[in-house]
Parts: sequence; structure tokens; C-alpha cells
Amino acid sequence: MNANEINQQTLLQNETDPLTHTAVHLLSMEGIGKHYGNIIALSDVTMAVDNGRVTCVLGDNGAGKSTLIKIIAGLHQHDAGVLKVMGEDRKFSSPRDALDVGIATVYQDLAVVPLMPIWRNFFLGSELTSGFGPFKSMDVEKMKDITLKELAAMGIDLRDVDQPIGQLSGGERQCVAIARAVYFGAKVLILDEPTAALGVKQSGVVLRYILQARDRGLGVVFITHNPHHAFPVGDRFLLLKRGKSIGYYDKKDITLDELTAQMAGGAELAELAHELEQLGGHSDVVKEVQGEVAGVTQTTGRTYE
Amino acid sequence: MTITQTKTKTAAADERVGKRSPFQKLLGRPEIGALVGAIVLFVFFALVSPTFTQPNAFATVLYGSSTIGIMAVGVSLLMIGGEFDLSAGVAVISSALTASLFSWYFTTNVWVGVGLALVVSLSIGFINGWILMKTKLPSFIVTLATFLMLTGLNLGLTRLIGGGVSSPSISTMDGFASARAVFASSVNIGGVEVKITVFIWFALVAVATWLLMRTRVGNWIFAVGGDANAARAVGVPVKATKIGLFMAVGFCAWILGMHNLFAFDAVQSGEGVGNEFLYIIAAVIGGCLLTGGYGSAIGGAIGAFIFGMANKGIVYAQWNPDWFKFFLGLMLLLATIVNLIVKRRAELK
Repeated sequence: MNANEINQQTLLQNETDPLTHTAVHLLSMEGIGKHYGNIIALSDVTMAVDNGRVTCVLGDNGAGKSTLIKIIAGLHQHDAGVLKVMGEDRKFSSPRDALDVGIATVYQDLAVVPLMPIWRNFFLGSELTSGFGPFKSMDVEKMKDITLKELAAMGIDLRDVDQPIGQLSGGERQCVAIARAVYFGAKVLILDEPTAALGVKQSGVVLRYILQARDRGLGVVFITHNPHHAFPVGDRFLLLKRGKSIGYYDKKDITLDELTAQMAGGAELAELAHELEQLGGHSDVVKEVQGEVAGVTQTTGRTYE
Repeated sequence: MTITQTKTKTAAADERVGKRSPFQKLLGRPEIGALVGAIVLFVFFALVSPTFTQPNAFATVLYGSSTIGIMAVGVSLLMIGGEFDLSAGVAVISSALTASLFSWYFTTNVWVGVGLALVVSLSIGFINGWILMKTKLPSFIVTLATFLMLTGLNLGLTRLIGGGVSSPSISTMDGFASARAVFASSVNIGGVEVKITVFIWFALVAVATWLLMRTRVGNWIFAVGGDANAARAVGVPVKATKIGLFMAVGFCAWILGMHNLFAFDAVQSGEGVGNEFLYIIAAVIGGCLLTGGYGSAIGGAIGAFIFGMANKGIVYAQWNPDWFKFFLGLMLLLATIVNLIVKRRAELK
């Protein structure tokens, strides 16, 4: 699979995208690499993000997902490859830089203050004020209105914007953070493992909000280690393993089973079967694992070294 | 893909909003526990001592409350911002001594000393905050250090400059009368002499409440106390906010210091030690969380009022004032427990 083969044309073959008229990606990475000292954290990663599209970055712990988003968010700088925003070469020196071109990141810890009301959290750091000089005060009513409206637009059925955000469920809090990024002009939304700490139902809620953000025309980068979460919402999938890209697929080129198999790592399963066989006994277990290996190789149509 | 089919509801008319009655909303306020405590205490002393409800006695209670309450305003804000100031008690005396000794030594108009004291008080606050932000040490340690240093400086410099443990009298100096009128006069309301500090206290509480509830600085204060990292991530100037809060405590210390100086004409250099706990107690009784991010200026004021009532009430009830500290401790315990219970109840509903 050559990652460079995927471009706007192939993406738009079978579907229409009213928001993208040109062939430039909102954000694209080509051959991005990053090392910390002598440790190579990321090498030769290529991906693209478009308006109204969800790009999923999948990988296990230590695969380089965090490094990748830190480069996009401006926390780290890449040392190899090209990062382009609207076709223009960029290298962000700070998170502020990335924010200024419209790249907003919703981190796992969300950056919300639990004891503060939702509307105060929503506008924290960017409060609306009226009045002059020392008598400048917050436009509380307007801020509450906007919070309610923005969250409603994201499909969040909210009880009361005056309640502490800590009282919301993990999923709802995630959504407030997303809505905040959308409202303050994000074009690219990076979501760092938004479903990692959530239950099945809550995850479903967050996935729905990812689609809401997509439908509002944002380019979404969705980082996760769960292919079952990524597949339903994603348009493109980048698979990372030990700092390298092990696959970059368009949705029409891959199925959920293939994605899962790639994530699960057929090679590891084969190795496990081999080890079990050597240990002797447990023939039933060995058969089971061998059966699974066969299934993996079948679905991906490929063998692992 | 069924999950795309979400309905965008209009959140304006949600049937679940009406369920919280105004009474329950009131219960959710941080200062409600203190308010209940204050009412109970007031009724108690009113029953025990008939003189307690006399206007004159009440004015005295208010005055006693204001001398704690003025500082409690700054300390409450600071505590909402997630920090402590153990140097607040002696900083009051430092401020008074600065004004007194400077004016006396250089025989200037006392207003020059008053101005210098303001600069010194704000500087103490700034230094507290700045060291805290630079070192990232707990404020408990940093302000404990400044508390000890200020205590030593107060005693040492007073002896060095004035030659005693008390600052020399400045009652005959230029500007003393006008300064006393500003910081330590009384206002006659319907035949009752009410000290000016009561009005200063009310004004400070009003300003602090407006600041907390209606300005972006207030939003930042809650945020830096609730979660400083989150606040920083969304662009709140955390360092400036915290340093500003320490300076606000300094400002309050200056006002109270000037009152202490001009109510008499000299200051004892060893005073103020231990008062910092009274301010913290007032803030905590008033519902400010020790861990920051929650509380109100009005709560601190009610806490100070409870303190004032207990302090003077014991005298009016003709009990031995030795018992006062015991009552204060008991009140602190009860108030914080009530706060806790009320807060949990309110959050459940």
C-alpha cells in the first residue's frame, strides 16, 4: 500500500463533497519523521485531512500517535518530511501557532475546570465582555445563550448551563470541549483518544459528536486504539506501529475485519500459537489460535513477516 | 450508519430545567452553611443577652466583624484561587509600621507614609506570588517563610528606628487628622456610631463579588483555583492571576493596617501573629474550599460576621472571654460540616 496514491481525486470518486472544490488538502503530512535524541518516535508518516472528512489514526500504545498529534498541535516540531496547511508548508513553533491557523486539539484531560459552570468553562480564556476600562464586565447572558445554542447545534441535550461541568458525564464533557473548539473557529479538530475512558454508550455519544463536527465542515483527526470506534466514523485510516505507518487506507478499500486484524497484529498471534505448540499440551487452545491466524491471513489476504 | 441520525433539539425549553426550585438553588450556594450558622448564632446570643440586639451593641459587633472581614475579602479570593497566605496577619502590622515609622523618622506628612505603606503592602503580595510562581512550592511554605521574616522585620526595624517595641506616636504630625478621618472615623446613623471600616468592608465585599461573578478576572480566579493546568491550556494568564490575588490580600492588609494605625496613634510591633488563621477561618466558614476553585466573597463576609458575633457576644453575655477560642474552634468544625452536608445534598438534587 503506497500512501501517496491516496489523493483528493481517489477520495471523491464515488461521493460528492460540496465543501471541497480544489485538490488541496486542509492539512497534509508527507514523510513526517520525529526523533527524540537517538530514539526514533515517528518515521515516514503520510496522511491527509480534508474539510468534512474524518481521518482516523490507529495504533497501540507507543505506536507514535501522541507524537503525531503533538506535531500537528504545535507542541513538537517534526525533523523530517513536510507538513502542509492548505497547501502551504508549515512548521508550528507553539500551540498558539497551530491555533491561529485553526487547528484545535481536544486533549484527553480536556482542559476543563470541574467545579466551574459549563458556560464559564466554555468561554474560559476567551470571555465576552462589555463596558469600558475598569468597568468591563462579562456579558453573562450572551455567553450563556451562545453556550446553549452551540451545544444544541452539536446535538447536546443540555439541562442547565449553570451546573458545574464536573456533574456532566465523561462523554458530555468531551462534547463540550469539542463544541468549544468548533465555536472558537477550529478548521481542523484533533481528538486525542476521546473514547478511551468511556463506556460503550458514552463512546457512541462521542462518535455522534465527531460526525456532527464533520457535518459542520471540519476536518477531524480522530486518534484511537479501537477499530470498532474508528471504522463507523472514519473516511481514512492511518495505522501506526512502533513509529511507522503500517497502512493508510481509504474507507472503500478496507473492511472493519481487515482493520481489526491489522490492529490485532496477525504476526503476534502466529507467534503465540507457535510458542504454545512448543510448550506441548493444550492442543485445543493451539487449534483455536491457529484458526484465528488463518482467519486473519484470509481477511487481509496477506502474510506477515 | 444509524448514528448519523441525530436530532438537534432546542435546549431552550427543556423539561428538566424546572426541577431545581429557587430554594434548592439557594442551597447550592457556597455561603449557605455560613448563613444558617450566622442566623442560629444571632438568635442564640439575642436570647442569652438582651443587650446584644441593641443598635449600639450591634454596631460594635459589626466593627469587630469588619476588622476580620476586610482581610477575609482578600483571603477568600486568594483561597478561591487555590492559595493560602499565612503572612496576611503580620502583613497588616508591617503596613502600619511602614507608614508610622517612615513618617516619624523623616518627619513627613503622614500621607507620604500611607502611600509608601500601600507600595510596601502590594510589594509583599507581589513577592509572595512571584516566589510561588517561580519555585512552584506550596503557598503554605512560601507564605510561612514570609510570615516569619515579616514578624522578625516588624520587631527588628521598629526597635532599630523607633527604639522600642511600639512605634512612636504620630498623633501630632501633619495629615494625621485627615488620615484618621479616612481610615478610623465613625459615621452617625440614627444616633448610632458606626465605624467607617464597616462601610469599607461592605464596599470591598461588593467589589469582590462583582469581580468574581461578572468579570473575566473572576472567571480566571475560579479557573486557576479549580485546575491551573486546564486554565493555562485555554489561555488564562495563571501566573498574573495568582500574583494579582496575593497583591489583593496586600491591598486589604494596607487598609486594615492604616485603620489600626490611625484608630490609635501607635502600633505594637509584635501584633498580628495568629490573625492570619482568623481570616482563613472566616473564608472557610463562609464556604471557600481549602483546595480552591469554589467559594464566594459574601461567604467570607458572613464568616467574619460569625466571628464578630461570637467575639462580642461572649462579652455581652457576660461570660469569661477565655472561652472564645473554644467557641471559634467549635464553630469552624460545625460550619465546615454543615457546608459539606449542604453541598452534597444540593449536588444530589
